[in-house]
Parts: sequence; structure tokens; C-alpha cells
Amino acid sequence: MTRKPVDTGAPDRLYTVTNGRSSVDDTLDLVTLIVAECQPTTGMQSEHSRILTLCRHPTSVVEISAELELPITVVRILLADLLDTGRITARHPPVNPSLPDPALLKEVLHGLRNL
Amino acid sequence: MGSAISELPAHRTPLADAAETGLKIVVVGGFGVGKTTLVRSVSEIRPLNTEEVMTEAGVGIDETSGVAAKSTTTVAFDFGRISLNDTMVLYLFGAPGQKRFWFLWDRLFSGTLGAVVLVDTRRMDDSWYAIDRLEHHGTPFVVAVNRFDDDANHHSLDEIRQALALPDHVPMLDCDARVRQSGKDVLITLVDHVYTLATAQEATP
Ligand SMILES: Nc1nc2c(ncn2[C@@H]2O[C@H](COP(=O)(O)OP(=O)(O)O)[C@@H](O)[C@H]2O)c(=O)[nH]1
Ligand SMILES: [Mg+2]
Repeated sequence: MTRKPVDTGAPDRLYTVTNGRSSVDDTLDLVTLIVAECQPTTGMQSEHSRILTLCRHPTSVVEISAELELPITVVRILLADLLDTGRITARHPPVNPSLPDPALLKEVLHGLRNL
Repeated sequence: MGSAISELPAHRTPLADAAETGLKIVVVGGFGVGKTTLVRSVSEIRPLNTEEVMTEAGVGIDETSGVAAKSTTTVAFDFGRISLNDTMVLYLFGAPGQKRFWFLWDRLFSGTLGAVVLVDTRRMDDSWYAIDRLEHHGTPFVVAVNRFDDDANHHSLDEIRQALALPDHVPMLDCDARVRQSGKDVLITLVDHVYTLATAQEATP
């Protein structure tokens, strides 16, 4: 797991939200889908409990960020905490060496044509 | 970033529980070219927006201290969502095409299926840099010309292709970002193009 230093932006609140952590798990893509594996519990950090509530159904990292009104970077840090403790799981997008798999593209085309 | 968020309905439309594969396409273009309009017309949710804050390390070396200067940039972008089937969901990102945002792009939008360059013929200059960068990165893209009613001189696609020095293999099409079917056609043209490239690559040992 690569952890890179990032800037979490506007100071105090973000510092509180992330417990002062400023490194992030780069493996969480914007479109990685997050699924809660447990219910929020009382006493849990409010952002964590909001994430668990949102992710009762699969929810992308970018949607979590929009819903919580927190920058992506901060959300990644929050998610890393939850992942580490097994309270969420992550469904990662396919990794394309260069171009996507033609079979996958065919499925995408089919989906778009049927909209 | 507040305004669009406050318009949101209180309830969200969740994805299907079987959803497992998130995919992305980026729509890039200058300010006011119709990116958000296009995203809205094809998205199953009202476009959401969010932001990313990043430190651009090593931009300009401070001559006196010899320490790499850091600058922090916030980039806001909006996005929409299309459930393609029970397991696949496509996210569309509307992203500003200006030069200063590109280092964020590289990180935020890596792994996209491809990009749509949205062009307004009244402000063609805005498209240059985006096209240049996409070519440089080898990201497949199509150019969609968003026709505005008040555009006095209607340039043909060929004229626009020449003006943008766009190679023949890059698909171009007209669109009306406000119309859902037109937005769908743009996406289909892009994915079709990527499919052609991907099958050609597969055929090459
Ligand atoms: N006449 C016309 N107006 C459009 C079209 N697409 C977008 N607009 C309008 O142009 C303005 C800017 O569009 P917007 O999607 O916000 O641009 P963005 O900055 O690229 O996201 C809005 O007022 C849209 O309603 C189009 O195809 N025709
Ligand atoms: Mg916009």
C-alpha cells in the first residue's frame, strides 16, 4: 500500500475529522464502491457513522465525498480507518494496463444503447 | 461548492446492491461550454459536486533556499451517474480544461474509459490544451461540438477539425448538451471508438 503525503486543505475541521492524519490510501479510486459491513454504533465518530449509513447500499468514494461535503482526500482517510477495522469493504474498478478490456466495453455499449 | 448541494433532494437514489464495477468518463472543456448540462441530461441523479485539495510539490524551486515550493490547489468538479446494468455503473465527470488543473486530472481521472472534449465554436481556444494533453497521455477521446443557437457563423465539422488540427482518426460529432439522446450519442460514439482501439490492440501480438 502506497501512502503519500497530501494536503487535507482547510485546517481545523479537517484536522479534527482525520485525527491529524495526513496520509492516504491511494488505492481508493473515485469510483471504488464502498459497502458497509456493520451498523453505526453510538460513540462512533460522526463521519464514520454517516459513511456506514450511506454505504448500506454500494456507494462510490466520490458520492460519499459529495454527500459529506468533504474533499476526496479527507474521505479517503476516513475510509482507510473503516477498511482497516473491517467495517467496510471496497469493490475496486478494473485496472487497465492501457486500454480497457473489449468485453467490458461491449457491456458498456450495450448498457448505453438500452438507456 | 454549496449551491448545487443545497438544491439536492433529501433522499438519494442508491445503487443496486449487486453494483460492483465503477467506470468513468471525463467531459472536459472550457467554462460555460456545457459540461454540466451534458452530465445532467444523461445522468440518473442530479449532478453532484465535490472538490479535491492537493499539494503540487516541486512547482518552481525556491532559488534562495533550494527547497521545492509547494502550492495547494482546490479543484471542484461535478459528476453524474448512469447505472448500465445491475453490476456496472458509469460515472461522468465534468472537469475544467484549463492548464492549471491538469496535474489534478492526472491523478483524479486516471483509469478513465476515455474523454469527451466539448467544444464551443465561439471559444475554440479553450479546447487546444485539453486535446494536446489527451493526445500526450494516449487517452482516447472524441470531440463533441455543442451548438449554441446564437452562434452566428456555423462552422462545419471539417472546418473545426482543421482549426483544431485534429487527426482524422479522432471522431467528431455535433451535439446539443441539453438533449438526453444527443448526450447518449456522444457517449456511445466515445465508447465505440475506445472499443475499436481496444480490439485493434488485442489483435496486435
Ligand atoms: N443554447 C444552448 N445553451 C446551452 C447548451 N448547452 C449548455 N447551454 C447553456 O450554457 C450555459 C453553460 O452551461 P454549463 O453546462 O453550466 O457549462 P459548463 O461550465 O461547461 O459546466 C448554461 O446556461 C446552459 O443552459 C446548448 O447546447 N445550447
Ligand atoms: Mg459546470
